[in-house]
Amino acid sequence: MRNVSVIGGGMSLFRRRLKETGKELSFLASKMAMEEAGVQRSDIDMVVMGSAPDAFDGIHMKGENLLDGAGGKDKPYVRVFNGGGTGVFAPIAGWWHVASGVADMVMVVCEEKMGSCNPHPQTAFRNIWDPILDRPLNPNLVWLFAMEMNRYMTRYDIKKEDIARVAVKNKRNAVGHPCAQLPDANITVEDVLNSEMMAWPVNRLDISPPSDGASALIYCSEEKAKEFTDDPINVAGVGWNIDSSMWTNRDLYFPDYVANAAKMAYKMAGINDPRKEIDFAEPYDPFTYKELHHLEGLLLCDKGEAPILTREGVTERDGDLPVCPSGGLLGVGNPIAATMGQKVCELYWQLAGKAGKRQIPGDPQVGVGQAWGDIMQMGTVLVMRRG
Amino acid sequence: MSEERIEGQPKYAPGTHVRSKDIRERKITYTWWEPEAQYAFSLGPANSRFLKELKAGKIIGRTCRKCDRVIVPPRMFCDWCYDTTHEWVYLKDTGTVETFSISYLDPDAHLIEDPILVGVISIDGASPKHGFMHYFGEMKPEDLRIGMKVKAVWKPKEERVGSVTDIKYFKPLIGGDE
Amino acid sequence: MNRKVCIVGVGHTNFNSMTPDVSWKEFMYDACKKAYFDAGINPRKDVDSFITCAEDYWEGFGIFDEFVPDQIGATLRPCCTVCGDGIQGMANAYMQIMTGLMDTVAVEAHSKVSDLLTYGDVVLHAMDPLFEKPVSGPVERERYAGSPSYPDNNPKPLVGSTDEKERVHPYFLAGLEMQHYLRSAKVTEEQCASVAVKNKKNAFLNPYAINQADLSSEDVMSSEYLFNPLKRLDISPLVDGAICFVLAEESVAKKLGIEPIYLNGFGYSSETPWLSTRGMDAGYARQAVNMATKMAKLKDPKKALDVVEVDDRFSYKELQHIEALGLAGPGEAAQLLEEGELYKDGSLPTNLSGGSMGVGNCLEATGLQRSLEIITQLRGLAGKRQVTDAETGLAQSWRGIPSGTGAVAIFSRNPEVKT
Repeated sequence: MRNVSVIGGGMSLFRRRLKETGKELSFLASKMAMEEAGVQRSDIDMVVMGSAPDAFDGIHMKGENLLDGAGGKDKPYVRVFNGGGTGVFAPIAGWWHVASGVADMVMVVCEEKMGSCNPHPQTAFRNIWDPILDRPLNPNLVWLFAMEMNRYMTRYDIKKEDIARVAVKNKRNAVGHPCAQLPDANITVEDVLNSEMMAWPVNRLDISPPSDGASALIYCSEEKAKEFTDDPINVAGVGWNIDSSMWTNRDLYFPDYVANAAKMAYKMAGINDPRKEIDFAEPYDPFTYKELHHLEGLLLCDKGEAPILTREGVTERDGDLPVCPSGGLLGVGNPIAATMGQKVCELYWQLAGKAGKRQIPGDPQVGVGQAWGDIMQMGTVLVMRRG
Repeated sequence: MSEERIEGQPKYAPGTHVRSKDIRERKITYTWWEPEAQYAFSLGPANSRFLKELKAGKIIGRTCRKCDRVIVPPRMFCDWCYDTTHEWVYLKDTGTVETFSISYLDPDAHLIEDPILVGVISIDGASPKHGFMHYFGEMKPEDLRIGMKVKAVWKPKEERVGSVTDIKYFKPLIGGDE
Repeated sequence: MNRKVCIVGVGHTNFNSMTPDVSWKEFMYDACKKAYFDAGINPRKDVDSFITCAEDYWEGFGIFDEFVPDQIGATLRPCCTVCGDGIQGMANAYMQIMTGLMDTVAVEAHSKVSDLLTYGDVVLHAMDPLFEKPVSGPVERERYAGSPSYPDNNPKPLVGSTDEKERVHPYFLAGLEMQHYLRSAKVTEEQCASVAVKNKKNAFLNPYAINQADLSSEDVMSSEYLFNPLKRLDISPLVDGAICFVLAEESVAKKLGIEPIYLNGFGYSSETPWLSTRGMDAGYARQAVNMATKMAKLKDPKKALDVVEVDDRFSYKELQHIEALGLAGPGEAAQLLEEGELYKDGSLPTNLSGGSMGVGNCLEATGLQRSLEIITQLRGLAGKRQVTDAETGLAQSWRGIPSGTGAVAIFSRNPEVKT
């Protein structure tokens, strides 16, 4: 297995609607990544695209449509997809392109254009439900998360205030992020609790906003990375895992699939005690409670302990275990697959000391990023390490 | 987005924000396309039988002898052991609320006045935590809680068509609390 | 890096024009169960990673990946979707194995296209929303979900929204490309028709093919023009079919006591999505075969290949692909066909399975269907269509209209391709 290094990251502005087409967004993010790495399109051997449902962009086989914007023309180019998990899965797929020895330099591009979908991006989510068992009930996507959140809260007797703190932390963290859609330096727990009730227990500010955006990442073999940097940032571990489609046949209080993915990634990274060995985390936070649920899934705390750590400030940017220093999806925005920008590019920028105002103090060495997808069943985990 | 470079970090890629107002005022041009994507899903043996039994007012599951598992909604194969399932078994039309939500959202994310009560019900007679999603009725939102025993309320026989909506909703099962 | 990747098991359903008796889940289960049996493994313990090849709009789902794991044995295991042809899925399995992280990977691809009622419209939906869709017909359709088309607060769009005419079936693009091919390669419609004749005849010897027919090229020529110069019988019919391969590192095959078929090399490439600037000469196949032959260290493919399967979703595509793969000079494939070289006993036996013409067009499973024939031939299990002593074979696929993506896989009975 070859060591794989990250040499550049890219990320576009995230907004509810952007004027740029999906191709143009892919281009802007790719260009930034190539400029940061100091490489040309001709240096790149293969391209991996990550993008979530076709129904957002409103194009069948949308990977094909996006490929010129993503620098994939006349190159081996492939799109991978596992719903919301794609933002961390596409960089995992990029990793195996280089680690296998098949390619020396690979660009991973993630794009989502949710603003194209009318009347609302959630309309596209109608078709993520089982056509026979669920769709006749005319469900809304938020129901799923409300039901999972309720199960999690009830199991550990968690207070809504402690969950709301996640939105406060992440929206405040996002203040330093140039791409952020919903940064808010002054938001309070009361603001979250008093925001509109969507589907109890989920309030409006518990939900990350739908967005347009793109992100990109450039990998090369560690040998090649030495041409670009003396201090390479490497992919230390990858893991992914899927649970049954039948989400009504299991207990939703704990994400076993995230735990399985995390164990796989930690094993590869040689991490035995994730709590001690991991300096910061970017768990997937499309909803407030998901950050907590995922911290537990990532084995960074005990089951039911994440709300307590959050209340005690452990997960603040200057805490013992900074969580979502990027501002996460709640603060920066949620263009599904393009959240690779917060979940994986951020690991690189933090480890390389390039995170600007968001920089975690204390010279972090190891970070973990995670995403979650499909119908509450997919966990994707990537561990990055300095040198 | 500001063009100035923030100290210590790369220059992020731009993007042009479009507001709803810009669309209303025709400040941008856009195209419109309505895909004609229609499907007729083959149900397969498991779902066909399940829906047929719902039409008859019954809930049916499948057993996996290897895993000692009673599966509902039924499947022809067991995903735990990856073998075919074995027998049909009728289940009760009662169960336990595993989780729920009180939804003020319709499928297109519009807010609605009267909340929809929805949740997952594990069905009596099936393996633990095995059930499906459905509505709740004949109760106030504040009475709904996890662990509550519920019973299916069926549509009248002549209105049933072989769909999960042949059950109208689940109502509290009086005196049947866990 | 001494790892070698080989195929240790294959399984597939029958190929049928419709499969109303099973859902997509039972359909995929059927193919995968057979593949695991063929390899002699239990997927719940012995398969490290699973890949399925699918596109949401083919399936009718927002996120099809959700509805995959149970029936392929992947519950609580690493599993993902590759939105591409089966050969691209296989390529990713290859790379996973080469990292050393995985030893055994299952790849599944399928078509359940009989569930899709509006195939042409879905293909059209793959075209660019700004430049290509509006010229293909009206952007608005009245019967869409019975809902008002424009939200009150949004005015009608400024671009194309008036015409009453029906949308155009996107296969017209194949008609355009065929026109170009006929002129540039100096090939006649009759010569293209002979491809359909050959492949539908080959299908008689493939027990899994359902579109076998004993036709003459006059029959094809007299079928009606649908997308001039493309006629009804120049177009492959759609079928349902699911295929699963188990790929493994060489040592796993040894442990299982299986005589492996090696995946010596693969390649895939995508041309520009802009239809107006894309070449019409299957450049994707040329690029893909360059990558695959380099990886397989195959210097003289024409000499080394004993059996070939290329994409023939339209009859002219077989000839065009043979030329793009470098197996015939420009305009020479038709001549090879006339001289009998593309038949079982010729120098370049092509599409003995019957191809898409004889078996049917099974969407993203096309690459695996082609690979399946090569593997069957290399295993010596092809019965009456068996090529004597087949050692090395090539499978090629294309993602269909309007895509410019194609893939190639090179298989042989040997760890290194014999040249």
